[in-house]
Amino acid sequence: MYRRARRRPAWGDDMTTPLLEASGFRKSFDGVPALKLGQFRLEPGSVHALCGGNGAGKSTFLKILMGIHHRDAGTLLRNGSEVVFDNPSQALAHGISIIEQELSPVPAMTVAENIYLGREPVGLFGRIAFRAMNSRAQALLDGFQFGIRADSLMMDLTVAQTQLVEIAKALSYDAEVIIMDEPTSALGEAEADQLFAAIATLKARGKGVIYVSHRLSEIFGVCDSYTVFRDGAFVETGTLADIDKDHLIQLVVGRPLTEEFIKENTPQARELLSVAGLSADRGVQDVSFALHEGEILALYGLMGSGRTEIFDRLFGLSAESAGTVTIDGRPAQIATPRQAIDAGLAYVTEDRKRSGLVLTGDVRENLCLATLDRMSAGPVMNARAEGRAAARMIETLNIRTASDRLNVAHLSGGNQQKVVLGKWFLTEPRILLLDEPTRGVDVGAKREIYRVMSDFARAGGAVIMVSSETDEVLGMADRVVVMRDGRVAGELDRATMSAEKLLHLAA
Amino acid sequence: MEDQTKTAAQQRRMIPARIGRDAQRYGILIALALLCIVLSIVSENFLTSRNIINVLRQTSINGILAIGMTFVILTRGIDLSVGSVVALVGVVSASFATTSAAGFIPGAPYMPLIPIAVGLITGTAMGALSGVAVARFAVPAFVATLGMLSAARGLTLIYSGGRPVPALTDGYRWIGTGDVAGIPVPIILFALVFALSHFVLTRTRFGRHVYAVGGNPHAAKVSGLPVRAIRFSVYAISGALAGIAGMILAARTGSALPQAGVAYELDAIAAVVIGGTSLAGGVGRVTGTVIGALLIGVMNNGLDLLGVESYYQQVIKGALIVAAVMLDRSRKTED
Ligand SMILES: Nc1ncnc2c1ncn2[C@@H]1O[C@H](COP(=O)(O)OP(=O)(O)OP(=O)(O)O)[C@@H](O)[C@H]1O
Ligand SMILES: [Mg+2]
Repeated sequence: MYRRARRRPAWGDDMTTPLLEASGFRKSFDGVPALKLGQFRLEPGSVHALCGGNGAGKSTFLKILMGIHHRDAGTLLRNGSEVVFDNPSQALAHGISIIEQELSPVPAMTVAENIYLGREPVGLFGRIAFRAMNSRAQALLDGFQFGIRADSLMMDLTVAQTQLVEIAKALSYDAEVIIMDEPTSALGEAEADQLFAAIATLKARGKGVIYVSHRLSEIFGVCDSYTVFRDGAFVETGTLADIDKDHLIQLVVGRPLTEEFIKENTPQARELLSVAGLSADRGVQDVSFALHEGEILALYGLMGSGRTEIFDRLFGLSAESAGTVTIDGRPAQIATPRQAIDAGLAYVTEDRKRSGLVLTGDVRENLCLATLDRMSAGPVMNARAEGRAAARMIETLNIRTASDRLNVAHLSGGNQQKVVLGKWFLTEPRILLLDEPTRGVDVGAKREIYRVMSDFARAGGAVIMVSSETDEVLGMADRVVVMRDGRVAGELDRATMSAEKLLHLAA
Repeated sequence: MEDQTKTAAQQRRMIPARIGRDAQRYGILIALALLCIVLSIVSENFLTSRNIINVLRQTSINGILAIGMTFVILTRGIDLSVGSVVALVGVVSASFATTSAAGFIPGAPYMPLIPIAVGLITGTAMGALSGVAVARFAVPAFVATLGMLSAARGLTLIYSGGRPVPALTDGYRWIGTGDVAGIPVPIILFALVFALSHFVLTRTRFGRHVYAVGGNPHAAKVSGLPVRAIRFSVYAISGALAGIAGMILAARTGSALPQAGVAYELDAIAAVVIGGTSLAGGVGRVTGTVIGALLIGVMNNGLDLLGVESYYQQVIKGALIVAAVMLDRSRKTED
């Protein structure tokens, strides 16, 4: 009944049956609607971008497709016939699989064992037929030219390779619909290319891919059609060839948004932080650089080039080793995060679930976590002060949450990131260490984060930003230090930096 | 028209959602109330003020232990040593309060304040030792406190020579048998410990720290929280409260028994878990723990009143604990 009432997409009149057709999806959590009108149509042999801001309901929609959440209303047609999934294994049996953002491989098992986990081919007396399993897995991997050996251990693979294995696993179930929810958020640009090649193969084989990402260049690179959700409701669907970036941004944000980057800071002469001959974990050696008041400095490099290790060392999270750190002209001894915070540092880590948020806590508790001593009289907390601080950050950073008492685990990815940022702004730092600050953050919110960075530097602070996105580095940084294998490979200033030079120095 | 159906549907969905939320908050309270109603129907002795005071007094020892355990479990830890610490504190503090000719400590008996201080220090020290092992040397809490379970029991036997410390002074016995305005002292202590702990966990900075460390120790560390000191403190708190419980027990019995408190940690953990505190850390409340302890207390009392054999009582209690955790898990996976 719902389906009839909805307007079919313009290109819905042709003869092919869509792999998947969803209409009128609705879902509320505790009476708050997360998805009001989810509508989607996936054709065979297409890579379909599902676009929308943080909290637009994309993940909720996909979780309904996978049977993880149960929809309140709506119809789902799989190859033209109606289906309802109560759990993910039913979705899997219908050829729908998801590559989740948080991958959960069994690290001490081989690639083949992971792919056939729970479905191992068995021989006599229930013995696992390892040889058959390995060769089947190898054939699957080779079909994509993944260049991964089926008998290597999962823990020896990179994040990107782990994702490729996950794709192979999906295909071993004969999946026709493959959902990827922000698959590149844990990858650098170089690593992502392998994933894109795999997606192209999937497409050539007539599979349908639903692709979620906040990186627009990526969407235009790998996808052919798009569907946009805004505030939980379907907005538009079409072919990407017919639109441009600005149009897509406008659909996602709901208003025209021209400039992507905001940069109004000017570096001053005064040195805020300088690092000389620093070494840190994982082979980081002899790193030296300076950071000036009002400056945005980028640390660029491939995955594993030691950028995060430098941050960990600066923030007192890893053991002190060789090298000196000078803050404001005075040598700084930073052995614990507390000392780092007192020295005016703030650190937005790259993995917000692991080291940024207390997921059992609510928004307010998380925002106030690093400044509890400023919100208490003696040992007793001042609930009013906490509430005020939280409200201020929710407003400044435009955090979308039903209330400051909502559990952070229920916030969308981008809003979680803003909560982490807000926690650190409350410490009133002078030096911000940002590790991939816009990971998983939508275009609108990215701009807000850029604005915050720019304002922060303009007001006399300084920012060091680790980013794997070349565009972001070029758009925001005054200077960039390029890392390779734990050492400084070069330094470029705004006048001389270019994408080619960055990649050349990093690789 | 569509809007109307939508709001109606939404309202329909909101109501069960709210009931569900409230049920999970008040579930055990409802269970406790139901149990009390049933018991007052089947046994006329249940709802007498004497029996109620009796239940509360019996619950107070487990309740105090369970409150300490709540602190520990909130940080993802566990304290298996509380039963042994109860016994150790019992004999050590009692040895300062005995009139026995054997005269355990020269000059004993002392004024009650001395044995009480000694008991508190002993309990805190035992907890602190476990705390150092866990917080400083990263020994898993299960192992560290299992070691303390054994060591503290051994110390108890060594100190007392395996014999009870008898004939405690009236002043000391007052902790276990006295009353203020008709309310037994153990119940008053239980209430004070509850009120203070509730305040600490909900209103103080230390309370926030405890929840944060249990919820995500990494994030707590990055945010500059003294994670080690917090971990250490919760074991010291648990030890101190075990000390109070140990003294109440010795005072009530009239002599400190070296074999006292065996398996008390199980009831304490049970009360915490039934009270809804998550063993995964970061989630839970002492109010839940107190209700959990009362539930166990009322159940024991009820089964006694009904004349159920103690062997069966253990089986029923075990089933109740597992059922409570099953409920807890199922509502988590629903999320
Ligand atoms: N289990 C839940 N309980 C309560 N609210 C929820 C729950 N899951 C999601 N929400 C809310 O539903 C809305 C949509 O969230 P969803 O995760 O689908 O967004 P998204 O489009 O995937 O965003 P992002 O791009 O940031 O990942 C958000 O406002 C979120 O807070
Ligand atoms: Mg999402």
